[in-house]
Amino acid sequence: MVRTTYAATVAATLAAAMRADERVVVFGEDVALGGPYLTTKGLAEAFGTARVVNTPISEAAICGAAIGAAQSGLRPVVEIMFVDFIGLALDQLVNGAAKAHFMSGGQLRVPMVLRTQGGAGQRGGAQHSQSLESWLVHVPGLKVVMPSSAREVAALLPSAIADDSPVVVVESKTLYFRHEDLPDEGVAPEPLGTARVLRQGRDVTIVATSRMVHEALEAARQLAMRGIDAEVIDPRTLVPLDLATIAASVVRTGRLVVAHEAVCHGGVGAEIAAQVQAACFYDLDAPVVRVGAPFTPVPLSPMLEDAYLPGTAEILDAVDAALD
Amino acid sequence: MAGENGALRQGGGTLDANVARHLLVTMWRIRAFEERLEPLKRSSTVHGLTHLSIGQEAVAAGVCTQLGNDEIVYSNHRAHGHALAKGVDMGRLLAELMGRADGCCRGLGGSMHVVDVAHGFFGATGVVGGNLPFAVGAAFASRLRGDSAVVVVFFGDGAAQAGIFAESVNLASLWQVPVVFVCENNGFAEFTPRSAHTRVERVSDLAAPFHVTAATVDGNDVVEVHRAFGEVLASASAGKGPFLLECLTHRRSGHYVGDPGGYRVASDDESWRDKDPIGRLVRRGATEGWFGEDAARAIEAAARDEVEAAVAFASASPFPDLTLPADLTYAR
Repeated sequence: MVRTTYAATVAATLAAAMRADERVVVFGEDVALGGPYLTTKGLAEAFGTARVVNTPISEAAICGAAIGAAQSGLRPVVEIMFVDFIGLALDQLVNGAAKAHFMSGGQLRVPMVLRTQGGAGQRGGAQHSQSLESWLVHVPGLKVVMPSSAREVAALLPSAIADDSPVVVVESKTLYFRHEDLPDEGVAPEPLGTARVLRQGRDVTIVATSRMVHEALEAARQLAMRGIDAEVIDPRTLVPLDLATIAASVVRTGRLVVAHEAVCHGGVGAEIAAQVQAACFYDLDAPVVRVGAPFTPVPLSPMLEDAYLPGTAEILDAVDAALD
Repeated sequence: MAGENGALRQGGGTLDANVARHLLVTMWRIRAFEERLEPLKRSSTVHGLTHLSIGQEAVAAGVCTQLGNDEIVYSNHRAHGHALAKGVDMGRLLAELMGRADGCCRGLGGSMHVVDVAHGFFGATGVVGGNLPFAVGAAFASRLRGDSAVVVVFFGDGAAQAGIFAESVNLASLWQVPVVFVCENNGFAEFTPRSAHTRVERVSDLAAPFHVTAATVDGNDVVEVHRAFGEVLASASAGKGPFLLECLTHRRSGHYVGDPGGYRVASDDESWRDKDPIGRLVRRGATEGWFGEDAARAIEAAARDEVEAAVAFASASPFPDLTLPADLTYAR
């Protein structure tokens, strides 16, 4: 096994993609310097600043230039440093990247990846801590990936880069420096749109994304001590969503908890709950329970932020509600 | 005529008669097409917001006829002229505007989203200024490939007030990529005159702080546009970085077909009629001996015949299959 981190795996995976395919280029603020989380560390030294290109603080132009470069045959991987800044690039992403293939009747392709990261817990305040993936999930033409570990980065980022449609990869700042052991032989790429069952169980299904996957696994460990056997599923990609794997689990357990860090209101959990109830209505023994943040901006003050963040305790409460 | 594109580049000196003739043909094709669109739009045969460029044809003709199929053009919401001048088939263009299966985008795009990759026409955008960074990225790709094929992006003076304009020009300058920003300054941003939007008189004035070479030309003089763009194209092709060419012109029609038009001043329209780019080229052609009045009339007649053939082609085309949207949301 090789001991590594999520952030180092991003950099290593990007390096492997650039080595394998000269069409892969990286743009973004400070990417040639490695970026604030070191996710592009070493790329400029290895591949030169013609392919690892620092940009000004111009999120719209970064995203738009990636679209143009992708339409001209490159495979750009661009970085928006915090998902909180994606509003500045959304016109380009939503009206440009997501629709070009469609509006051109299939003539244009936009094989770009937009990497960004979200999540609270680091006292970042309301503009550097959000989880905004539900904005992106609502846009036909975009694919949305949320790797929950270094292993998932290694499995999914190459598939995102190889995809001919625009893919947004939302990483987690909380997970960047978590240590993890990966196999010596590496992790083979896995297709987008496949969920992963991380723990098998027969009493309740917990679908969790990004950081909440780890909270769900901890909750399942504590539930096991109480004799409750939870199944934990990481959908890994929100678009396309692997409903089949989730539904097959719910058919067996009859109970579903959906957990994400984003606010509950209008979140991805609502979409998953709706799809599951439509597919498995007569197999459900209880209403689907959602776990997410309250409907407020992320507060700065440590006491308030800790109270705001959903985690293991909230998942345990949700499982109790589902089993009640 | 499209096949002649790119071969019509010319160095300094007087204009070759063949080039002049091709410019007149191109402008008449655009004019005749758009004049025919107006009734087609009013009868709901053509769908969606339809932005006409009548009066602005010299810019499309002077620029696009000098570009080959491997030189990419990004256009804006007022795209028909750019598309026709770049070589997009008129029948397929009209079929697109009518939402038909034989449209160049299979009926999924429409007037504001015309794309024809085979002719290097990478399309229009319905969001003002939204296409500017695409061109910078495409030019980045051409420089990385090493061929330095020039990329051209059209935008209106209204787009210069959008933040994306400054971001894109700055990035192009920083990266020194072969992109030419062509501004069609038609005096109006949607319904209001430029003076109500900004105190900057010329769009070209906005380029200097970014160290981008810029020029302003009479955009209703196709000979002048052709000359000026030819110079810029040669410099950009030689790797001398981005350029901005501002063409002062006039939109003879509304913002879109059916726009109420109450904001227009009648005397302005009168004075511009004398400056009409087609009339000017016809008069100049007679003086220079490029073509006589009969030849010019024959060019107009041929353009109108082509438009009727396009109407027949597009009208005969079926509507697209209902499964098409789901098939084309993601690339396969």
